[in-house]
Amino acid sequence: MSATDAANGGKALISDRARAERRLGWWLAGPAFVVMLLVTAYPIAQAFYESLFKFRLTDPDAREFTWLNNYVVVLTDGVWWRAVGVTVLITVITVAVEAVLGFALALVMHRALTTLRPILRTAILIPYAIITVVSAFAWFYAFSIDSGFVNSWFSWLPGISENTNWFGEFGTSVFVIIASEIWKTTPFISLLLLAGLAQVPEDLQEAAKVDGATWWQRLYKVTIPNMKAAIMVALLFRTLDAFRIFDNVFIMTQGANNTEVVSFLAYRQTISRLEIGLGSAVSVLLFLCVVLISILFIKLFKVDLASARGER
Amino acid sequence: MDEQQLSRGTKAWWWVAGVVVIVYALFPVAWIVSLSFKTPSDLANLQFLPTNWVWDNYDNILAGDAQDLFLSALRNSIGISLIATFISVVLATFCAYAIARLDFPGKRLILTTALAVAIFPVISIVTPLFNLWRNIGLYDTWPGLIIPYLSLTLPISIWTLSAFFRQIPWELEQAAQVDGATTWQAFRKVIVPLATPGVFTTAIISFFIAWNDFVYGISLTSTEAARPVPAALAFFTGASQFEEPTGAIAAAAVVVTIPVVILVLLFQRRIVSGLTQGAVKG
Repeated sequence: MSATDAANGGKALISDRARAERRLGWWLAGPAFVVMLLVTAYPIAQAFYESLFKFRLTDPDAREFTWLNNYVVVLTDGVWWRAVGVTVLITVITVAVEAVLGFALALVMHRALTTLRPILRTAILIPYAIITVVSAFAWFYAFSIDSGFVNSWFSWLPGISENTNWFGEFGTSVFVIIASEIWKTTPFISLLLLAGLAQVPEDLQEAAKVDGATWWQRLYKVTIPNMKAAIMVALLFRTLDAFRIFDNVFIMTQGANNTEVVSFLAYRQTISRLEIGLGSAVSVLLFLCVVLISILFIKLFKVDLASARGER
Repeated sequence: MDEQQLSRGTKAWWWVAGVVVIVYALFPVAWIVSLSFKTPSDLANLQFLPTNWVWDNYDNILAGDAQDLFLSALRNSIGISLIATFISVVLATFCAYAIARLDFPGKRLILTTALAVAIFPVISIVTPLFNLWRNIGLYDTWPGLIIPYLSLTLPISIWTLSAFFRQIPWELEQAAQVDGATTWQAFRKVIVPLATPGVFTTAIISFFIAWNDFVYGISLTSTEAARPVPAALAFFTGASQFEEPTGAIAAAAVVVTIPVVILVLLFQRRIVSGLTQGAVKG
């Protein structure tokens, strides 16, 4: 009963009824499809077009077609590569920590007693549902030298004192940015992993237990291999999401101390400096990065998104 | 899992782990709530809790100086998020119905497109829209945000609803018709009650996403005409120029978190199933 079955049947066999069904299908699904293309494919095409011009909004008369010059400007500038570096750093650390932490959270929820389970589910959904900007402010104020409690609570740790200015240098700023990102988005990854855990057959676990496998052995030999698809999908989504990080950086540092990420660079070129041409070039490059990451994931890790999406 | 089998020791460990998870999830929220009840002089006490709990910051944003800025932003956020959610849920309902029930070529194309749109970097859409919206007069208007919000809410609505609709036992509709119900009755009495929870859950998730937006909000608005709360928070200023807006921001942050918390408390089970069904399906 799938679209491919109908197609395999050959065109001659398609009845009027099937044809009417096809038409109805597109009438119903078409509007959503068209809207999706209009709000993404069109803007990115427009961005590509505009990226070929030297164009600043404050000086519209000087607009000039310069082929790929904007890309040359961006790609030969240290600012772009530094932003890419920071973005990759944040993405790699965030996703790595979230994978472990998210898995631990999922295990706790999976094994939690039935009385505790709804409470855990509710608690874990709060960071997921809270506005990213709100979370960024909460973390910012907690570490801020003017209003934070972190310095006074953790002054016993080496390197932290009443006067530690977390947003005064690169390493500590990035640390707080990453911490807030991890807090906010780990619940999402853990819910996906929890759904994956539920698909691991319980009798396999029991069999391994009977054969004398330790907890770690069962985790590595039974649980993880059986939920590989769920893990990969969760990682892919979080990687792409982390790579687009913007809100936390905007609220906490505005890119100060070299914490500028790629999204923030695009924002600064377009909105603050009104350099439409350069901003568009950065946007297109960011888009290409995201495409590249997706391809890498799908080719390297063989993530089958279609099956993960329930479409077989 | 059979809970009787667990020894008392193991049980205690799972309780501890559960409590750790709850503290992890709620601690930053508790902090921003506590911050919102501090007096301006108290903000610098460098303690977690205020010395005196006061409502001053809420007064300031709901009835005081910051009122204009906050209440208009709140109105914009509610209006724009609800309209964007409504449009995307309606479009997605038709689309998901077709995907779940009808045979037509291109199903895979639609789902793949939804996936591609979902991973699209938002900022890449902002740059061209910023210029276009200025030229055609959509800059700093409600529609100017509602339209790009669809790029956030529509793809996830399509997935989530397709996953929900695929599980509906559609044969029940025919069964009702065999039993003498008209097509309309069968649809209204059988299919609508089965489909409503999925549509409703999708609406909640889609609302969360629209409510959370910051990139579009800060890039495509310039005044109180359309600026939503997350963007407005970044523009808060203190009561006087010597005062930090910390208290006002904390209070505003708490106010916009309340609806989210209520939705989560009421519908946690549904939200979890919606999030995971859309994403992981073996």
